[in-house]
Amino acid sequence: MTSQVSSPAEKADGSDGAEGAESAESAESADAAHDTVVGEQRSTPGRRASDKEVRRLDRVIIRFAGDSGDGMQLTGDRFTSETAAFGNDLSTLPNFPAEIRAPAGTLPGVSSFQLHFADHDILTPGDAPNVLVAMNPAALKANIGDVPRGADIIVNTDEFTKRPMAKVGYETSPLEDGSLEAYNVHPVPLTTMTIEALKDFGLSRKEAERSKNMFALGLLSWMYHRPTEGTERFLRAKFAKKPQIAEANVAAFRAGWNFGETTEDFAVSYEVNPATRAFPPGTYRNISGNLALSYGLIAAGQQADLPLYLGSYPITPASDILHELSRHKNFGVRTFQAEDEIAAIGAALGAAFGGQLAVTTTSGPGVALKSETIGLAVSLELPLLVVAIQRGGPSTGLPTKTEQADLLQAMYGRNGEAPVPIVAPRTPADCFDAAMDAARIALTYRTPVFLLSDGYLANGSEPWRIPEIDELPDLRVQFATGPNHELADGTEVFWPYKRDPQTLARPWAVPGTPGLEHRIGGIEKQDGTGNISYDPANHDFMVRTRQAKIDGIEVPDLEVDDPDHARTLVLGWGSTYGPITAAVRRLRAAGTPIAQAHLRHLNPFPRNLGEILARYEKVVVPEMNLGQLATLLRAKYLVDAHSYNQVNGMPFKAEQLATALKEATHD
Amino acid sequence: MTEALSLVPKAEAKQSMKDFKSDQEVRWCPGCGDYAVLAAVQGFMPELGLAKENIVFVSGIGCSSRFPYYMNTYGMHSIHGRAPAIATGLASSRRDLSVWVVTGDGDALSIGGNHLIHALRRNVNLKILLFNNRIYGLTKGQYSPTSEVGKITKSTPMGSLDAPFNPVSLAIGAEAGFVARTVDSDRKHLTEVLRQAADHPGTALVEIYQNCNIFNDGAFDALKDKQQAEEAVIRLEHGQPIRFGADGSKGVVRDPATGDLKVVTVTAETEARILVHDAHAASPTTAFALSRLADPDTLHHTPIGVLRSVERPVYDTLMADQLDAAIEQHGKGDLSALLAGNDTWTVVG
Repeated sequence: MTSQVSSPAEKADGSDGAEGAESAESAESADAAHDTVVGEQRSTPGRRASDKEVRRLDRVIIRFAGDSGDGMQLTGDRFTSETAAFGNDLSTLPNFPAEIRAPAGTLPGVSSFQLHFADHDILTPGDAPNVLVAMNPAALKANIGDVPRGADIIVNTDEFTKRPMAKVGYETSPLEDGSLEAYNVHPVPLTTMTIEALKDFGLSRKEAERSKNMFALGLLSWMYHRPTEGTERFLRAKFAKKPQIAEANVAAFRAGWNFGETTEDFAVSYEVNPATRAFPPGTYRNISGNLALSYGLIAAGQQADLPLYLGSYPITPASDILHELSRHKNFGVRTFQAEDEIAAIGAALGAAFGGQLAVTTTSGPGVALKSETIGLAVSLELPLLVVAIQRGGPSTGLPTKTEQADLLQAMYGRNGEAPVPIVAPRTPADCFDAAMDAARIALTYRTPVFLLSDGYLANGSEPWRIPEIDELPDLRVQFATGPNHELADGTEVFWPYKRDPQTLARPWAVPGTPGLEHRIGGIEKQDGTGNISYDPANHDFMVRTRQAKIDGIEVPDLEVDDPDHARTLVLGWGSTYGPITAAVRRLRAAGTPIAQAHLRHLNPFPRNLGEILARYEKVVVPEMNLGQLATLLRAKYLVDAHSYNQVNGMPFKAEQLATALKEATHD
Repeated sequence: MTEALSLVPKAEAKQSMKDFKSDQEVRWCPGCGDYAVLAAVQGFMPELGLAKENIVFVSGIGCSSRFPYYMNTYGMHSIHGRAPAIATGLASSRRDLSVWVVTGDGDALSIGGNHLIHALRRNVNLKILLFNNRIYGLTKGQYSPTSEVGKITKSTPMGSLDAPFNPVSLAIGAEAGFVARTVDSDRKHLTEVLRQAADHPGTALVEIYQNCNIFNDGAFDALKDKQQAEEAVIRLEHGQPIRFGADGSKGVVRDPATGDLKVVTVTAETEARILVHDAHAASPTTAFALSRLADPDTLHHTPIGVLRSVERPVYDTLMADQLDAAIEQHGKGDLSALLAGNDTWTVVG
């Protein structure tokens, strides 16, 4: 096992803060390090109960890869849960095809799950795996390009027969033709061993074979000293109605563990200590972006003391939020699966008129369909959350891959002058706070708000410090209860478009309130009364007022992290936070000063953004699009923002970004 | 009070028609059939005796969709075709409201066709008034999805090519529990149909034949002209034999060979076979067959009245029941417990 190499750490201070001393191992793999940076792993030799050697690492990147039907996502999820329970910091990257079951054994059918875990604070799912588990030839072929030389590759040899290899264009077996010489290949007949382990369960061969992912999970759990009780409990609960299947999976899981413990091929196992110092005190759990976002919505409803109403139409990668919220009806949450995207937002808007905290969830193509209704919500000035989980576009694009190319759609994708605030979470756990912040803006300013997440945040996960309820913001609002205007003759009336002078928000008068009967609509209305008005001066005034309301939304000032008084600023938004921060740490560790800032509010921008941009000689904007934020910055601040772009459906890799940023600082 | 409106608060004082008139000037073309419908609705509302702050009119786009502005209730003039969707969100979250949708043939059947059929199958507590004038009025006279084939309009100078929808047939096909048809000029009939629609729990669709005197004047004259109407209009009344024409000389019977309905002259032989209208029949078959009697070109044999009135589970009631059941099963939601989940670890400072 010599895959462990060193690289600059993704550490806040960029220093080598790990407890473990450098071992001989790093020296052994020094040649590998020349070519590829795997991510830092330091190890300390040790001993376990058995005679095998135990080494200590400070971080590891594992990738499970197999056929869509092999259960790789479940395997990754379980390893993640074990790792979270153990107390490591972690970050995950599930990566799967849009097809539910692409033809078995083909390259398009490969599904993978990458997990990065460490004894310190980390920011990304890692650039390159230290360990690849390849369940078949397709999984090997599809992933080998990402695996640095010297890394461990565990292959299921049972699948390396003529036909599966031919399917992906292997003329000779890569396990035998020397093409994997640079790697540490561990050939394991996973299928045969699983079937053998389950022979007394009375299962068909096919049924038994399905547990091979649990065998692999058991083996990896042994290799990295993961706790196992959680997985056994999970399997028994998942298959509660099929106890035989539950026990078979547990048996396969244990067989994998025991195989690691006994076979000579795996001579070393690894320990990664809990990341005790990375986390402030508190109670933690692991959470994915879509789950955190769902919880944020429920919490916002509770904190606003308003019933939550979700109108949604299933779309990848947003459907999980619909699924999650529909499970929490005991919070008074109503979920409505509409006939289409338009009806979904329509129902939400109707619910908003009725005084609910209304939400619609979707992704790019759905946003396009909802545009007209978002415009209506702008005109009606009702609170409405539009949750958009971005995916690759245009059109159907890449449904299961990530991208940030809907920023301009969120910003401008409506007829007329129809400004909509935009809030973007930066990490999976941050989706919780971002959802609550979006609700605050919608409720305070009576406006639709975009909550712009993406596929990477949605499916990725990380540890989250669970907030105490009393830490959460108070989002309660006041409905209108009586007249708010006095006519010249002294009559007291209700004017639906008479604004709060501070926020410019109009009153929220919900049906059922006596005396406040009023009509609202998409036609331009007279300031104050809300009656239909085609008056030119009034329209000019209303357009400017709606814009001024959004421009005046209170958002916190942008904070800049610039310990070295750098000349270059890297500015990002949304899910690029992890890779950008990791890249910035690498630069600073190597002695290159660089300043970093990250935008949560894309509309309106923080008040101090212009001043910050002006402070730096150079501004670099990495985005997973062709420069949409850069376009906005250039237009608004006349700043020569430099774009660094990637639109391959995957998050940035820290090393690649670090290289790009380093070049930018030298230009 | 009916079950449909049992959760809607009652008016404290007796109401009159003028309580339902807003202060906005009505801006339809002089002579438009919409005036008659507005007057009928404003005149009928006091009869319901509901607190007017608990009544909401939601509309889409089109001439008829200006309707909410003229009602002194809560109202929303939304966007083209989407009123049923918006009203669904409102009605399904606020069972204390009486929610009415006002729409037209273009709004409901063309751009908003999808929302209409899904509202009907879902059976949300909505009353949908579909003003059918068989033309696009607000855009100045293009053919609509209910226009007769061959109609000459600005967009079809050589005649329209598409076959029209029969809104009643469509609604029955979309699983509607309540489907009725009435005519703008017959206030008494219109009011009676509104009364039954309001009484119906779930979605009620009322098609109102409405004259556009600017772009499609006289479209329903066959049903309005006293002489012609006798032969053209079939007035349906639940429990009554389906007879029409001078002195009830015509009747509807079932053809024993095909099972279809047909019009016959009432004779001693046919009288016993005249169909008795059963609006509450569980099967939609006969109601559908009745809806097909009308000739789309001449409008002869057009049934008006309540074609179908059958109770089905109501969406908003079911939705509320699920919320109650969830609380019963799991207790009222505890945010703290939800956020914590089952797998946590603690970091001590």
